[in-house]
Amino acid sequence: MSNYRIHGATGEWEVVIGLEVHAQVTSKSKLFSGADTTFGAEPNTQVSLIDAAMPGMLPVPNAECIRQAVRTGMAIEAQINKYSRFDRKNYFYADLPQGYQISQLYHPIVGEGQLLIEKDEKAGIPEDKIIGIERIHVEQDAGKLMHDQHPTMSYVDLNRCGVALMEIVSKPDMTSPAEAGAYVRKLRSILRYVGSCDGNMEQGSMRADVNVSVRKVGDTELGTRTETKNVNSVRFVMAVIESEVRRQVDLIEDGGEVVQETRLYDPDKNETRSMRSKEDAHDYRYFPDPDLLPLNLEDDFLEECRASLPELPDAKRLRYINELGLSEYNAHVLTAEVETFARFETLLAITAEHLGKPESDTATTVANWSMSTAPGVVKSLGDEANLEYATAEAQAAILKMQDTGKISGGQAKEIYEIVLKTGRSPDEIADTEGLKQVSDTGAIEEAIDAIIAANGDKVEQYKGGKDKLFGFFVGQTMKAMQGKANPAVVNQLLKDKLG
Amino acid sequence: MTNLTELGVAAIRDGVAKGDFTAREVAEAFNANVAAAQDALNAFIVTTPDAALAAADAVDADRAAGKELGRMAGVPIGMKDLFATKGVQTTAASHILEGFTPQYESTVSSNLWAAGAGMLGKLNLDQFAMGSSNETSYFGNVVSPWRRSGGSNTQMSPGGSSGGSSTCVSARLAPAATGTDTGGSIRQPAAFAGITGVKPTYGRCSRWGVVAFASSLDQAGPMAHDVRDCAIMLGAMAGFDPKDSTSLDMPVPDWEAALNSDMKGKKVGIPKEYRMEGTDPEILKSWDDGIAWLKDAGAEIVDISLPHTKYALPAYYIIAPAEASSNLARYDGVRYGLRDLPEGAGLQDMYAATRAAGFGDEVKRRVLIGTYVLSAGFYDAYYNQAQKVRALVAQDFEKAWEHCDVILAPTTPTASFGLGEKSDDPLAMYLNDVFAVPASLAGLPAMSVPCGVNSEGLPLGLQIVGKAFDEQGVLNAGLAIEERAGFTAKPEKWW
Repeated sequence: MSNYRIHGATGEWEVVIGLEVHAQVTSKSKLFSGADTTFGAEPNTQVSLIDAAMPGMLPVPNAECIRQAVRTGMAIEAQINKYSRFDRKNYFYADLPQGYQISQLYHPIVGEGQLLIEKDEKAGIPEDKIIGIERIHVEQDAGKLMHDQHPTMSYVDLNRCGVALMEIVSKPDMTSPAEAGAYVRKLRSILRYVGSCDGNMEQGSMRADVNVSVRKVGDTELGTRTETKNVNSVRFVMAVIESEVRRQVDLIEDGGEVVQETRLYDPDKNETRSMRSKEDAHDYRYFPDPDLLPLNLEDDFLEECRASLPELPDAKRLRYINELGLSEYNAHVLTAEVETFARFETLLAITAEHLGKPESDTATTVANWSMSTAPGVVKSLGDEANLEYATAEAQAAILKMQDTGKISGGQAKEIYEIVLKTGRSPDEIADTEGLKQVSDTGAIEEAIDAIIAANGDKVEQYKGGKDKLFGFFVGQTMKAMQGKANPAVVNQLLKDKLG
Repeated sequence: MTNLTELGVAAIRDGVAKGDFTAREVAEAFNANVAAAQDALNAFIVTTPDAALAAADAVDADRAAGKELGRMAGVPIGMKDLFATKGVQTTAASHILEGFTPQYESTVSSNLWAAGAGMLGKLNLDQFAMGSSNETSYFGNVVSPWRRSGGSNTQMSPGGSSGGSSTCVSARLAPAATGTDTGGSIRQPAAFAGITGVKPTYGRCSRWGVVAFASSLDQAGPMAHDVRDCAIMLGAMAGFDPKDSTSLDMPVPDWEAALNSDMKGKKVGIPKEYRMEGTDPEILKSWDDGIAWLKDAGAEIVDISLPHTKYALPAYYIIAPAEASSNLARYDGVRYGLRDLPEGAGLQDMYAATRAAGFGDEVKRRVLIGTYVLSAGFYDAYYNQAQKVRALVAQDFEKAWEHCDVILAPTTPTASFGLGEKSDDPLAMYLNDVFAVPASLAGLPAMSVPCGVNSEGLPLGLQIVGKAFDEQGVLNAGLAIEERAGFTAKPEKWW
């Protein structure tokens, strides 16, 4: 249970949050037409006769959109409804040519499911928590009005009109802004793993309607909720909740009442404002779309959907911990984003292969390299780094040299710097730039002998039990070797010689 | 020389193929009749004589080149103005679509052109196919070529909504025309005009490119002089269309080739609930004639019951307007058609002004009814209840098929009436379709065949309803009646 509380004048309040996330389905064409869905095209260049609702035009479901919704449902362990149906949601607006949105009210394609948000004590999530998902339904997106094209008229861009959306409706299971943020991030991660939505919130591929109500701690009845529409970043979702909670508590404590209404978030002022109240709410006159037959999903289709699912974030994270031996933190960070785990797994596979070792033996090294060393080098180089040179092959070559003692950790960074600047081969850099450790026992022995001879007093003290002096001898040796000696070899030889 | 405009589809097709006359001669003859009748009958909203000639010339050229000719080759037809025709104004007889010229061709009209048919023009109809007398068109009433006997000059209704279609065929302005039937809009005007009309199984003809009235009921079909002509034309119109999700994905039989009026071994059901109070005795008499003819053709007559018949019409007048209220939302003045933007008006004002000016009274009435029955708080009582009734009506037919192969009933409760005689009473008007609506709700194939004239000299029609996908059974029973009815009456030319 979250310990998020609002301290009001009359006592402690808690918040109840539910989210409706609209995720644009990744597909080449729209939900019911063949028009292209690419983002950012010139206005009205991706509009079919169907999207423009010309007389006599009919929708035909795009099987790929249905497939993506089913796969998404499977990824959140949800009930997949073999029978579902499209309904019309009727209202007039200039960005809605048909005069209705084709959606699914009565029989959605995906029923109840869930997702896990991981504990994050710093953020106020003391333990892992399951958030229930009520349903996922598929629907058409609307077009866009443009108010800045003409002094007295509004223009309409129908490129987005008819693009497939999944509306993913959570249960009111979240009790803090942090949980809501974690939920959106986790959902986004799952969608991106599955490949059913690119999760790009800036381009509007994912946006959330945030339902918020407050109640006194201990109350069991839900308070009246407000719904803030079209919030387009995780940060804003959290900000909306914070500002809405504050507003509702202040309102109630001042003797007012929360009105069930739709609100809009203004990021510049960090506040929400009323859009329309329940009294002005549309009567959408939902009814089954007579242009479309019900969807009846076949078992073969469902099996194909399930078989096509990749390893999902939670399973991957647990495998990283249990089979690769990574820390919880490393596993969490590496599995959060598709790009991150993909890079990690590629590098790990190549490195393990080059070393001839099982992946578990080198996973922690590769994880540390991927999460900290490599990004550190890239960051320090800034514009000088050419990321095209940051290939898995090059990085694996560096990790191999390090693992076999040919180079030190410091040298690995130096070599990677040169790789990123020039694209030269790591092995060649190590050879020609002198970035190699000396593992030749003869040269090291020579240096050690000289140091022992010059520091008879310290040798005596060490032998008398002052173990800490071992570090002194290591330092002297490395200094004499100009830092290029293999520390493991130095250690071994010193132990032998000092007895 | 043959009077070409007296010929039907089969005769024209065969005559052109044999070289008895050219397709161009046929097109010219019908073009002339169309032009001569337009002022008096108002059957067309636009005429396209050049399109008819171009199609005819193409057929003549194909024939000269020895190419195989399509099944409608050389047949000029009237196209109900509910079908989108590329480059030719398509209005649904409304002001709101006046001047609208589609950049696309409906699947059904495309199929007909591909089969060698040509277009004489776009036929008048009740506005958005809403009406049973063709008095709701923005472009004026269609006048039936029929008149009451005894020198009456009362203008008669051609029926509706396919009133332009029924008038143009019975007045010999075209050998055949397309119609659409939502709740009787092919069968009732066919009966009023003494012609034959078929509403096939829902899904046989693609709805793509047909201005929608009530999507779950709308179905295109042929209207022509006789059963064979309808069989030919339906074959050219029908077919699976991936652009219509409700289209039937099954082969189109060769209905013409399989025509057979021998009814031996067939059972014909006579539904007792269709003997409604107030039905014209002459209609009941024609029904009895039909029964006798089918018996004569070898059929066994069985009494059946369709117990939910009386609820069909009320259910229809909930479902059809509900769908229409949503289907017509797209006519909003934003993208095409009429836009009425009062000075200083906002978006909502523009919607209101455009739709107030663009829709006729009957369309507004149905949009209002439909909006009401779908509203929060009324949905269950009206729309949901009507859907249940619809399921029961369909179930009635399913049970009837255990006892019979086709059902025989009157097409309409009365013969045609004078224009204006019922236009002030929507409920009386709606009753016109009381016998037609059940088959529409059940999506079944049904047709009207002329069976005689009443004491006023006005034509009467008999309706045959068949099992889903069994257009053949319907056409065969229709043919058995046609052969025995000997219907030769035609309107005396007064226009």
